Amino acid sequence: MDIVYLLVPLSVVLAFIIGGVFWWAVRRGQFEDLEGPAHRIIMDDDRPEQ
Amino acid sequence: MNAPPLSATAAYAAASCFHCGQPVPRGLRYRVVINGCEHALCCAGCAAVAQTIVDHGLTSYYSHRSALPAAEQIVPRALSELAAYSAPEVENALTREDGPDARIAALMLEGITCAACIWLIEQRLMRLAGVLGVDLNYATHRALVRWDPRRAKLADIIGAVAALGYRASPYDRARAENARSAERSSALWRLFVAGFGMMQVMMYLVPEYVTHGEMTPDIEQLMHIASLILTLPVMLYSAAPFYKGAWRDVRTRHLGMDVPVALGIVVAFAASAANTLHGSGPVYFDSITMFVFLLLAARYLELMARARCALTQEQLAEPGPAVAERLAAWPSSDLSELVASASLRAGDHLRVRPGATVPADGVIVDGASEIDERLLTGESRPLPKSVGDEVTGGSLSVDHAFVMRVTRVGAQTTRAAIQRLLEHAATVKPRLELSADRFARYFVQGLLVLAALTFAMWYAIDATRALWIAIAVLVVSCPCALSLATPAALAAATSALHGQGVLVANGDALENLARVTDFVFDKTGTLTTGTLRLARVMPLACGGRTSTPDECLAWAAALEASSEHPIARAITMAAQALQRSNASGIDNVAGSGIEGVIDGVRLRFGTPQFVAALHAAPLPAQIAEAEDDVTVVALGNAEGWIALFLLSDTVRPEAQAVVARLLHEGKRVHLLSGDRAQIVRHVAQAIGIAELRAAATPAAKLHYIRELQERGRVVAMIGDGVNDAAGLAAAHVSIAMAGGADIARSHSDVILHSGHLASLTAALDIARATLRVIRQNLVWALLYNAAAIPLAVCGYVTPLIAGAGMAASSMLVVANAARLMRRPSTMA
Repeated sequence: MDIVYLLVPLSVVLAFIIGGVFWWAVRRGQFEDLEGPAHRIIMDDDRPEQ
Repeated sequence: MNAPPLSATAAYAAASCFHCGQPVPRGLRYRVVINGCEHALCCAGCAAVAQTIVDHGLTSYYSHRSALPAAEQIVPRALSELAAYSAPEVENALTREDGPDARIAALMLEGITCAACIWLIEQRLMRLAGVLGVDLNYATHRALVRWDPRRAKLADIIGAVAALGYRASPYDRARAENARSAERSSALWRLFVAGFGMMQVMMYLVPEYVTHGEMTPDIEQLMHIASLILTLPVMLYSAAPFYKGAWRDVRTRHLGMDVPVALGIVVAFAASAANTLHGSGPVYFDSITMFVFLLLAARYLELMARARCALTQEQLAEPGPAVAERLAAWPSSDLSELVASASLRAGDHLRVRPGATVPADGVIVDGASEIDERLLTGESRPLPKSVGDEVTGGSLSVDHAFVMRVTRVGAQTTRAAIQRLLEHAATVKPRLELSADRFARYFVQGLLVLAALTFAMWYAIDATRALWIAIAVLVVSCPCALSLATPAALAAATSALHGQGVLVANGDALENLARVTDFVFDKTGTLTTGTLRLARVMPLACGGRTSTPDECLAWAAALEASSEHPIARAITMAAQALQRSNASGIDNVAGSGIEGVIDGVRLRFGTPQFVAALHAAPLPAQIAEAEDDVTVVALGNAEGWIALFLLSDTVRPEAQAVVARLLHEGKRVHLLSGDRAQIVRHVAQAIGIAELRAAATPAAKLHYIRELQERGRVVAMIGDGVNDAAGLAAAHVSIAMAGGADIARSHSDVILHSGHLASLTAALDIARATLRVIRQNLVWALLYNAAAIPLAVCGYVTPLIAGAGMAASSMLVVANAARLMRRPSTMA
């Protein structure tokens, strides 16, 4: 059970890292438009003609 | 293109436009070919847009779209602004540099009805030479465009969007991205911290529950410390709004739900932390984090619903012109420069050209013009204004250029004041929520007293358990279920209504809407579309020759090319795809018509009397045969009549079905209009309304509604203009059509921003369902509390069970409310 002494603090550190990533995502506006991308992926020919 | 004789096209009369779904008028023949199939179109505007879509290989728009484009034509306005945007100084003022070879502009898009529109615009812009990147937001209808200024211009981009039938206007991004979006992202971030903390803490504490004390004390201690660390951000950051709310409640002596919430979590956290550091006794970090998360989730949902509401309103309000023509040295010199409207100051002199929007509030110092204030007041007839008269920013100069001195800019303008009214309406708490709040206040007072008594009682019996039982009482009482019951249902309903094209500016409206017994409709712009459309061109024999309808239309369009009159707009819209003739020597005779020379022939276009004065021929018989609700405009030269143009205000196609449905449900439907009795009767008959009042002044409309109310009827008024504003304010529920006057909208509880009357019946259904759900939720919350509180007081409930019970109860309430969002769309 000694591994728990490593894993538990590790998970706490991980939690803070994930929190940091989410903070970045919110700041970058990843959650600004939650509807558009869902529709956009259905419209298939999305490559611009040159 | 030669149009076939009228009889040959009569078969198409019943068809609806492939592009916009409006009926196709007789006598016009516009077609678009997609995959070998020919489709009919209603006007040159739609034909031009459809052709652009086909030419750029974007036809999958038609298979993907889930809503028809807005019926209101925004393109002519968009095109008239194009010239202003091409000036380099304007482009510089409205966009910003992004690296050496790129510029960025933020655009507000108008006319978007479904996700396919976003796709269409994005694809078109991406294929435009010089455009480097397009970032479109479907939720906010905004776009960020990046382009290479050497290969493209701002005007090209806006022009490409206009060619698809939408209007893009640059806006000041710094101003638009205000406190609201900051508030939203901080709420989201708090929610995430709480949710993530909750899951992690749960993970650390579950082993303790399943092993039943078989864990060694040091591992248990480790788990508790890890939980404590992850609960800290939740307590210090996520829960901060509760402390603020509780502190405000205590200071104002107005107890709300925040007080027991803050008290409960602080006491539970302090005791749990103390126990953790001691290394003995129970800890309840999981209950705390879960509690905070669920409460925040509910608040976030509500915030989103409100933010969306406010955003839609912001878009409905017409943005002012982006550029203005400033006369820097007036009156000594009339040299002008184009500047961004945002940089105007009071005291500046501006020239406003015919057809342009007045950029700010001011006073006319030179010249005179007819001013169309429709967007501000709903008054559709232009008013003559001259030196010394005040003009309001956002109104339209119809026929002449004038010079004005700016008196108010920015936040001081009339426009801005109307805007603030709209924003205020979006933030006022609905009555249903207020009564829930009031109830909650007594509930909270009772609860705090009860928790204190429980603590005192248990302190005497078993001091070690007293604190936890008191906390359980505070937590189990589930302020959530009670204070969530109403807002969750309202938020869900608001969101569902939004999907149906209905904006609820005032939460009371839902409650009242469900109780309405009488619907009072305005005619123009509500039951009818409110804009004149060319219904038919009737060429007449003139000098031994009959011209084709297209020739007549092209001449009329040439004469009216620079006019902003509603008739001129209908004509230019219908003639968009035709080859333009050039007219010279244009003379606009107010109230009568227009005169000009085309190919050396003097032509007159206007009222039959005005045209007859040119050639003195008798009025053609067809004028007398025209129906009551048709406006007849004539075209003639010195030799006689050339053609008659029939324009009409068409009844909305869905009006009859909506009225029939209301009547079927036992509602009474009334028609109130300021129009002549003949016309009103005609429309009422077509739609099936028996109770009508014609030639009604605003005061008469108000009186009519008051009378109904005195007889105990619950009245909903549906209108669009300034003459309806008084009636709208008096009615129990006021419903405005989008595209109506700002003042009508600011007096309304409900705005049908889809422009479809069918949204009204959808709103009615949702309103009823909402009241039902609120009632269910409140009954559940009361039953739950009646059962849980006595158990908690007696000590049968640990804080964990209390937390879980509270969570289950709130989940139930939110899930029940979420049922409201699952409504099929009627817009497709």
